[in-house]
Amino acid sequence: MTTPAVVARDVAKVYRRFMHRNQFKTLKSALLTGSVIRDLTPDQTFTALDGVSFEVPKGTTFGVIGENGSGKSTMLKLLAGITKPTRGDLRVDGRVSALIELGAGFHPEISGRENVAINGIMLGLSRREVQERFADIVAFAEMERFIDAPVKTYSSGMYARLGFAVAIHVDPDVLLIDEVLAVGDEAFTRKCLDKIGEFRRRGKTILLVTHSLGLAEKMCDEVLWLRQGKIADEGDPKRVIDAYLTYVAGGEETLLAREHGLSAGASAEEAAPARAPGDPALAGGYREGRWGSREIEITSVRLLDDRGHERHVYVPGESLTISLAVTARAPVDDFVFGVGVFNADGVAVYGTNTHIEEFKPGLVEGTGEVALVLEDLRLVEGTYLLDVAAHRRDGTPYDYHRGLYTFRMKSRIKDVGVYRPPHHWSFSGGISLTVPEVRPELDLHETEGEIGQTDGNGDGDGNENGNGGVSTS
Amino acid sequence: MRVATQVRTLFRYRLLIQSLVGRELKARYRGSILGFFWSFVNPLLQLLTYGLVFGVILPRGKDPQMEPYLLFFFCGILPWTWFNSSLLEASGVLIAGGSLIKKVMFPAEVLPVVTVLTNLAHFLLGLPILILCLILYGRLAPSALLLPLPILVQLILTVGLALIISALTVHFRDLQNILGHLVHLWFFASPVLYYYGARTGKARLLLRLNPMSHLLVSYQQMLFEGYFDHWRGLFATLVVAALAFALGAFLFDRLRDTLAEEV
Repeated sequence: MTTPAVVARDVAKVYRRFMHRNQFKTLKSALLTGSVIRDLTPDQTFTALDGVSFEVPKGTTFGVIGENGSGKSTMLKLLAGITKPTRGDLRVDGRVSALIELGAGFHPEISGRENVAINGIMLGLSRREVQERFADIVAFAEMERFIDAPVKTYSSGMYARLGFAVAIHVDPDVLLIDEVLAVGDEAFTRKCLDKIGEFRRRGKTILLVTHSLGLAEKMCDEVLWLRQGKIADEGDPKRVIDAYLTYVAGGEETLLAREHGLSAGASAEEAAPARAPGDPALAGGYREGRWGSREIEITSVRLLDDRGHERHVYVPGESLTISLAVTARAPVDDFVFGVGVFNADGVAVYGTNTHIEEFKPGLVEGTGEVALVLEDLRLVEGTYLLDVAAHRRDGTPYDYHRGLYTFRMKSRIKDVGVYRPPHHWSFSGGISLTVPEVRPELDLHETEGEIGQTDGNGDGDGNENGNGGVSTS
Repeated sequence: MRVATQVRTLFRYRLLIQSLVGRELKARYRGSILGFFWSFVNPLLQLLTYGLVFGVILPRGKDPQMEPYLLFFFCGILPWTWFNSSLLEASGVLIAGGSLIKKVMFPAEVLPVVTVLTNLAHFLLGLPILILCLILYGRLAPSALLLPLPILVQLILTVGLALIISALTVHFRDLQNILGHLVHLWFFASPVLYYYGARTGKARLLLRLNPMSHLLVSYQQMLFEGYFDHWRGLFATLVVAALAFALGAFLFDRLRDTLAEEV
């Protein structure tokens, strides 16, 4: 535990790119145009990793996450010694085995038996060690019947199984895994995960590059998040993965925010002359637009999180504040403020207004702000559209915004429907299930889902009544 | 320094090299009916072809130095085939082994070396047939015991060239196409079909500058003529071979880091 298994100090990897790639492919043209020297100097460089430093203590499982092209695989290749860092220092202590491509180097013509022997030697085993482990390898891969057939007759699953079996039986001190567990059927994947679990118990160091955040969170002691070749965050898996998810959502955030601004602006212009006052309830198809007499005008709509920041992506359990800035040219005493939430199919998920909730209108004068706080979003993943409106009690609209604002729910549990009631499962008798170690976001924001057994109803009621908090000024 | 490290690397991976050579030997004739016998049949068929061309189609004036001609030719073509196939195969070996270089921590220099050694094995398998022919003609002399010397020199030379060619081909794919012709030309510029001592003037100079000439002369003397006095030529070739190896090791080392990216 004293010395780390992997030490990276300011590691950088720069790939060179050649503009005249195709011309350069042929020696003749290079010689004829005398451009050999020019073509040999790179026109462009691509920095895959930039000043990355980290340590992996012995015996830990270390995850590397990040988007495509963030430098994860480059990192792994550097660690495996396949390529060398352009700058910086990289040390790996002990025997390394890399599960980057399973069965790389199998020769199709010769038997599985001979390939196992050679592959083992390739991965650093001695001939003795290969002989000793041979039976285990074959048994693990479940290949007893086919081991003497040429590898070219194997199915891709068999190929990968045998490759994995050899790599894992090299018994490395440091195991590098790059998203290879997707091969094989369910049972074999299970077996691979068990084997990796056994590695962890035996105090080996594992480096796992993966897109499967669930797996990373479940298995890793520490997670490193790479963003465009740099370390974005490192540390506790849950925290880092959350930060990563928020970041990924942020990408969508900017998109939605742009849409938000655009559609609001565009429709506001197009619908400037008041259109036919449609019933706030679903009249015909759900079409976005804006209409009304503008005696009360909704000048801006903002979606805020519990810290008052404008956001368009939420996870279940968070609170969402819909804030309307309102202006009345002349004092108005007959008014209702309302909000409707629709899902992408145009289905009304929830709608309420101050009249339904029996607020008595007083007066609107000058400017003011109306906020509806949805305290505990219990919506499934998807995009939602908002209606906001100011209208008379008889329904005549002052300013009706239909579907001009969107927000998105992000969830790691892909349940379906329009509403997620607080819930939990319980099993008894002869039923056995493996409880997932991590209940994504259920234990992040909605612990009631697991703890609350009886207040399911109460909670639901509270939800309905509790969001009537509309204030005028 | 580089050469020393290179040699050490190759030594360290001897087990791997050994098993890969074994695999190549096994895999090459896998699926063919004659199997391993191809290693013996190949040189015989080659011999038959050239015997037909130069014995029947293009009859030559009889040169007593080269009689019996087929036996003389056999002594040269066997080592030449080793040289020839090694270089041609080396040009494609890194590209073919791309998955290894890219996906496994694998010392790339092993691949061209394996190519050369596999062809050496074929050469050594053909040798007993040659010896048998020599015995039939009553030509086998004690000088044949010196054979390991030219073989060693040729091994160093071929490995050096194979390292250079394999690394360069990754960057210049057209080398693969040019190489066939170059090696063909080299064949005619080497004394396989004709007698080295009989050339004069410019041809003689060209032959002297060709390291393969001295190796071929060595083989021919040791096996066909039954004596050996080409020491200086063989030694000079050893120097050239060592230089080629050093250059190969140097070049391969320089290009090593780009291999995984370019293959």
